[in-house]
Amino acid sequence: MAVTFRIPNYLAAFAGNSSAVKLDGSPATVRDALETLWQLHPGLRDRIVDEQGAVRQHVNIFVGEESIRFGDGLATPVPAGAEILIVPAVSGG
Amino acid sequence: MPSVQHVSARNGDVVLLVGTMKGAFVLRSNGARKKWDVGGPYSVGSPVYAMALDQRQGRRRLWWAQQSFRWGTTLLSSDDFGKTATEPQTYSVKFPAESSLTLKNIWQICLPANEPETLYCGVEPSALFVSRDAGKNWSPVKGLLEHPHRAKWTPGGGGMCLHTVLPHPANSKNMIVAMSTGGAYRTDDGGETWQARNQGIRADFLPEKYPEFGQCVHKIVRDPAQPQRLYLQNHWGLYRSDNNGDSWQDIAKGVPSDFGFCMVVHPHDTETVYIVPIESDEYRCMPEAKLRVYSTRNGGKSWEPLTRGLPQKNALETVLRDSLATDTCDPAGIYFGTRSGKVYGSNNSGKSWQLIHEGLPSVVCVRAALVGDGAGNSPRKRGRAEKSKTGTTQKKSAHGKKPPAKRAPARQLSGKK
Repeated sequence: MAVTFRIPNYLAAFAGNSSAVKLDGSPATVRDALETLWQLHPGLRDRIVDEQGAVRQHVNIFVGEESIRFGDGLATPVPAGAEILIVPAVSGG
Repeated sequence: MPSVQHVSARNGDVVLLVGTMKGAFVLRSNGARKKWDVGGPYSVGSPVYAMALDQRQGRRRLWWAQQSFRWGTTLLSSDDFGKTATEPQTYSVKFPAESSLTLKNIWQICLPANEPETLYCGVEPSALFVSRDAGKNWSPVKGLLEHPHRAKWTPGGGGMCLHTVLPHPANSKNMIVAMSTGGAYRTDDGGETWQARNQGIRADFLPEKYPEFGQCVHKIVRDPAQPQRLYLQNHWGLYRSDNNGDSWQDIAKGVPSDFGFCMVVHPHDTETVYIVPIESDEYRCMPEAKLRVYSTRNGGKSWEPLTRGLPQKNALETVLRDSLATDTCDPAGIYFGTRSGKVYGSNNSGKSWQLIHEGLPSVVCVRAALVGDGAGNSPRKRGRAEKSKTGTTQKKSAHGKKPPAKRAPARQLSGKK
């Protein structure tokens, strides 16, 4: 089953003005899924991870309802048919 | 979200580029500089610490640095003063993976007048980036990126930022930069090597008061008519150098405090410098709650307060390092923004001031430009609308100084490939 990314409003402009991106194939991990997403929409990469490849501090990624920060990070497994949510963290000032 | 207004500007107008903690604004006036239209905010919600208007080679390109809390820092540009903006798909200013560094903010956008396709960015953590193709592609300047002092540079209150970029107008191999903390560094070989240039600058917060490096330099400016002469606002201390930074002399006589952040030179009058003193590094507000710009007209031998039109009581204000600017008109316009979101301006070199706009978010950057003067952010041309026949022109003649001659670059600063 396809994996679906949910894209927040700000990033939709870099994802073909879509709030959801469905991936073909079955990525094993969040990192694999993101690499596929970035091939489709290169503008998303720098906004989600920094130069060192780390997820930005105030960006949260959930597989289903689980934050990858409390799982295995980018190595978190992606079940078939999962939804991956990219969510801006509660931050600012 | 706030409604976004736009301004349109014609040749002879003056624009103020105002970066705040919640976005960028563009203010426009005609040559009289009395009434201002306000455009923006752009990059709504994001701090904008650096702005510049590139008018070289017939361009009219507004640049600004958007520091999103969430999505990182990137440069944006607009050829119509913000109405339509270009945000690159892939960030152009970023550290190479092998550096182990990540970009936090862009503090300075520098447009050298004699190299019309070149732009520099001073960034946090302290590094210098260069573009040789008018801003399309960027690379870090390797000699500074891999400087042996890097491990000992430490962040000041605002972060570990390289905030001052001063190319030498007559020698493209020569440039001085400043960072907080770290101090001043100069290259004489096009960026291959950089030497600390802090002799005589005090570091009150270190056991050794006059170290080779580690000072918290807040801003350096260059005298337009004497490019070897520099002025420096330190974290405690006002200094002048007559030898392009080789050594520095204390010039803090007659100011209520030698602490402060910002400093600009008059665009035409040699030896004329403006500062906004702040009471202390703990309080960081105006001394005696009086909003006073101080100016010297003799290279720092004496200073006088410029207060006409500025509040002289209950002014608990702060003006940060890039929030003081001049235009290139004659008489020159002087402008500053406060952390409380006010923008003040003078259309007569500081003799009197008016509140141009208030109610903005905290101001962290102000730049001024005469539209159509064809220069970068350190131009030397005068406004057509307000050329004076006396005053600054006569003073400059009396000093016998001429603007620095332009010269083709012999060698360019090298970026890391």
